[in-house]
Amino acid sequence: MNNILEVDSIQTFIGQFHILEGVSLEVPESSITALLGRNGAGKTTTLKSILGLTPPREGRVVFAGKDVRGQRPYDIAALGIGYVPENRAIFRALTVEENLKIAERKKGDLARRAEMIFGLFPDLKRLIKLSGGQLSGGQQQMLAIARALVPDNRLILIDEPSEGLAPILIEQLMESIRSLSAHTTILLVEQNFRMASQLADRYYLIDDGRTVKQGAMKELVNDRATVHRYLGAA
Amino acid sequence: MLKRNWLYIALLAALIVLPYALALVAGEPLDKGVPLFGQGLMVQVFIFAVFALSYDILMGHTGILSFGHALFFGTGAYTLGILVKYGHWSILAAVGAVIAIAALESLLIGVLSLRVHGVYFAMVTLAFATVGSILVEATDFRDWTGAEDGLHGIPVPDLLNPALHRTEFYFLSLAFAVIVFLLVKRFVDSPAGRVWAAIRENEARAISIGYNTLIFKVQATIIAGVLAALAGALYALWNLSATPLTMDVSTTINALLMTIIGGSGTLIGPMLGAGVLQLLGYFLNTWLGSVWQLVFGLIYVLLVLFLPFGIVGTWRARGGSWRAAWSEQLGKWRGVLKLAKRR
Repeated sequence: MNNILEVDSIQTFIGQFHILEGVSLEVPESSITALLGRNGAGKTTTLKSILGLTPPREGRVVFAGKDVRGQRPYDIAALGIGYVPENRAIFRALTVEENLKIAERKKGDLARRAEMIFGLFPDLKRLIKLSGGQLSGGQQQMLAIARALVPDNRLILIDEPSEGLAPILIEQLMESIRSLSAHTTILLVEQNFRMASQLADRYYLIDDGRTVKQGAMKELVNDRATVHRYLGAA
Repeated sequence: MLKRNWLYIALLAALIVLPYALALVAGEPLDKGVPLFGQGLMVQVFIFAVFALSYDILMGHTGILSFGHALFFGTGAYTLGILVKYGHWSILAAVGAVIAIAALESLLIGVLSLRVHGVYFAMVTLAFATVGSILVEATDFRDWTGAEDGLHGIPVPDLLNPALHRTEFYFLSLAFAVIVFLLVKRFVDSPAGRVWAAIRENEARAISIGYNTLIFKVQATIIAGVLAALAGALYALWNLSATPLTMDVSTTINALLMTIIGGSGTLIGPMLGAGVLQLLGYFLNTWLGSVWQLVFGLIYVLLVLFLPFGIVGTWRARGGSWRAAWSEQLGKWRGVLKLAKRR
């Protein structure tokens, strides 16, 4: 299987703080890879470093065979990376339709993928004329993910999608993300280990800004000691 | 279409009828007394409405706070004045030059300063506008700008002379305001306008979707700059002069107040704000004499307290019901008073 993304020992600073001290990971095409770790381990910074929002000082970020480290975030995104930041990052002042439309990279992207998107998130079709701010938390999260599906993205980075959602919504969301993986590759950051373990094929564990463990998700599920050590509860 | 826009259409109809209504009520001809004066007052309202509208593109729609918007207004006034008076250009050619120069100027300032954000951008624009102010007041260029006295006696064809053809000038300014309003509405409703809104809300998000936001911010700055310069050019035609006041920071503050009081991000709000401020300023000045600014200040404070999103913004937020808007605000203040008493 080809790797769509290869991150090789990146070092990222935010201000004077050395946040990532060597994170490496590989994301095989058409899979769900989970990035796990405690609060503050550097998961979100890893996603932001891939996209260039917090550019790494050292290391390599290879997307689709091309080293993108040092490029501008909007140029990296335009190569085909969708980003779903934490906290339901939608545009509250824009309608659902405008939120989707704004993500078009080529004219007609939304129309071409409307069937797939509304198949995954039927609620959004019903709410299309409402403004983003009028949606519930779960609906906003769906919209944020749907927005990443509008352009031709080969990789989607999703940060903590279950945060602050009711359990029933998490179930729905998991279903959507699972079906999504048929269309694209996903790198998922998730605190909710139960959710991550049911979705992902592979995992990377990061701790204190370093990759400490990796492998098949099946193995991690049975390795209680590791889960307990790096993730606390399980 | 007609139903949804009836308020706009009614307002436009009222403005078209206004000069004749004034003449009828005052019993004076269009070019004398109250009608003449009233039209003059409204011409200034229209000009500042366009200026405030151009400011709303930056502040209300793209979320850019500028303290230097008067630079473009002044650029328009002085460019037109100098080219027509000393270059003997025709008005039309001079207006073309105003557009070109303002576009270039805002492009330069945008590219140079939009990399900094928020209040830092505001400070950089204030610096640029101050440079403009210093230049037009500098005695070195007295032959061109008239230094602190300003440039006076811009020669215009009779038909455009506001003293001779007041009603024609009234309709010219009204048409200008209407056309600019429709144009800006078009921009704001375009895909680029959505990106402006996205930037206003969260620039990092817009970047991570794949937008080079600098380009869109520069684009907004250019459109706003050119429109402000056109308003300034019309202001120079109206006064037949260009004075340092057009570049002054107080002119920027006026646009800021018109936008906030009318309702930032609503387009029509800042235009109404311009009307309220210009007319209120005039009448308070006439009735109260020198203390008028004190009363004016109090009214500002009350407007901001009771209409937190401006006139149009608050109206829209409450679904077009003043009663709801007022009672909500009154309730809030009653709560504050109760709390104060308990202490």
